[in-house]
Amino acid sequence: MPLSTQDEDGNDQYILVASLDNVRNLSNILKAIHFRDHAACFATTNGIKVTVENAKCLQANAFIQAGIFQEFIVQEESVTFRINLTVLLDCLTIFGSTPLPGTSTALRMCYRGYGYPLTLFLEEGGVVTVCKINTQEPEDTLDFDFCSTNVINKIILQSEGLREAFAELDMTSEVLQITMSPEKPYFRLSTFGNSGSSHLDYPKDSDLMEAFHCNQTQTNRYKISLLKPSTKALALSCKVSIRTDNRGFLSLQYMIKNEDGQICFVEYYCCPDEDVSDSEP
Amino acid sequence: MKCLVTGGNVRVLGKAAHSLSRIGDELYLEPMENGLSLRTVNASRSAFACFLFAPLFFQRYQAARPPQAQPPRCKVLMKSFLSVFRSLAALEKTVERCCIALSPESSRLVIQLHCKHGVTKTYNLAFQECESLQAIFDPAQCPHLLRAPARVLVEAVAPFSPALSEVTLGVSRGRRVVFRSYLEEDTDAAKAMMTEMSLSEEEFQQLRAQEGAAITFCLKEFRGLLSFAESANLPLNIHFDVPGRPAIFTIEDSLLDGHFVLATLSEPDLCSQEPCRPGQGAHSTAHLDDFASDDIDSYMIAVETTVCEGAMAAPRTPSPLSEEEEAEPNVVPGTPPLKKFRSLFFGSVLAPTEPPCEPNPVLAEDSEGEG
Repeated sequence: MPLSTQDEDGNDQYILVASLDNVRNLSNILKAIHFRDHAACFATTNGIKVTVENAKCLQANAFIQAGIFQEFIVQEESVTFRINLTVLLDCLTIFGSTPLPGTSTALRMCYRGYGYPLTLFLEEGGVVTVCKINTQEPEDTLDFDFCSTNVINKIILQSEGLREAFAELDMTSEVLQITMSPEKPYFRLSTFGNSGSSHLDYPKDSDLMEAFHCNQTQTNRYKISLLKPSTKALALSCKVSIRTDNRGFLSLQYMIKNEDGQICFVEYYCCPDEDVSDSEP
Repeated sequence: MKCLVTGGNVRVLGKAAHSLSRIGDELYLEPMENGLSLRTVNASRSAFACFLFAPLFFQRYQAARPPQAQPPRCKVLMKSFLSVFRSLAALEKTVERCCIALSPESSRLVIQLHCKHGVTKTYNLAFQECESLQAIFDPAQCPHLLRAPARVLVEAVAPFSPALSEVTLGVSRGRRVVFRSYLEEDTDAAKAMMTEMSLSEEEFQQLRAQEGAAITFCLKEFRGLLSFAESANLPLNIHFDVPGRPAIFTIEDSLLDGHFVLATLSEPDLCSQEPCRPGQGAHSTAHLDDFASDDIDSYMIAVETTVCEGAMAAPRTPSPLSEEEEAEPNVVPGTPPLKKFRSLFFGSVLAPTEPPCEPNPVLAEDSEGEG
């Protein structure tokens, strides 16, 4: 394979080297969090975490664990840089995002350290493309301090059950209201738009419900414009875990199976909408 | 009003909403004793559409609760009604039951979809109380009639470009039925694409029109009804008269019927072949190259039921006012709302020239049905 023979001895100069036989295993996951141009990348020996944030209220994390890669070397304790995600995705899909069946693009990704570009070698059918993307000064990411011990309510749903709901969200509503309760309506998604309100109820004994652990009734509102991008992750995922903590913070965890059957996670955190005015009848 | 739709009929209802949405921005929902009627009219009032679902279409149907003498009626934004039935594929796959409830006490039209896996979707749609939307038309008055399976007509209009706005339908020599793209007068014929489809008489179940008869109407609305008729596997009747007079497209079944009334383009040369109706000729020649959109207005009328059934109107007004009612200026007690609506909706130019016996039975018939 041309990629593995390429500067075998040059690995030492890179603090991060990652190789992948099928680039879609990386690009698909990154698409699930691609709602802003810029992302923070954070790599340790465990894998890479890519973070995208919006309005200081929403954070999306994609975890690509080291096991997904065929080769994964991190020379330092942690490697951090900021990158233009749009450009990165354009490069990763440079041979097309929907390849012919039976073909796949291989990737080797190298980073030499602070101030250096991220170098991508992409190969498909003997054609190699080399991309160098400038990295940027890393910025602090938000700490949502979402701790599982503070979780009040937790639901695991088959994604299929939420997909249609999110696709048809009434975007004239400013907020999406989520009610989780040990009592009826158990799990309810509500919108309050120009044409009226709509409620979507899932009973706790529904076939779609994989787990239902609700301890106390909670009703929180989240900006719909912030949550809408999570539809991308929902579309790829097979299951979703919906949790809220004692402050009303929302965590959405999406379990995504890649083309090789490996499992990755994408996580969205969102702050509740402060302005909790009287709800409509 | 309360009704329950189950199984495949939910999709039929959804399909009707889609087909109505090709015409108007507002949907008039009128529960009547003989069924639930969904109606709409377009902004320029050159197209009117109406579906009537018979009580048997529903699993349960109640036009009005016993204490209510008269079923409530309302109009909702087409967009919001359509959002309930947006995905026809999902309706078929996941929705098991659909319950529609409208009561004067609640300020919302409530539509509930009971889906697979126990999931329930509830839509509370804001509505406006309104008058009955009526178009006065009588298919029996139209001398020409075409009747064909929807599939035949769908295939006939399929080759026409989606951008084409009007199509001419006519009977040509040899009694062949021809669909031809209609070009505006100012279009450059050298650049435009002309499409013509010719069907033999055998394709039609009925063809009652002499050679040379032709009308031009909007394709988009026509396609809307066609796609409904095709999915319901029903034949479509096209009743028409001279150019400039509305064409009436109907489908009929034991459970539902549909009427689309579309304005047709008036063409002076064709118009002169037959004697024009009194009051019609001068008016239609004024719009040589435009839809005689005003014409159809005169065929439509808003029925002010509070006047028609004055006795019932009195107890209704002091009932607890919903926010819509408050916002509506015409329920101010003491103001006769009839005139306002008549003038607001339609400057009824032609109505007096019609034989007086004609519009009146329609009015009476309708209010009887609701009473």
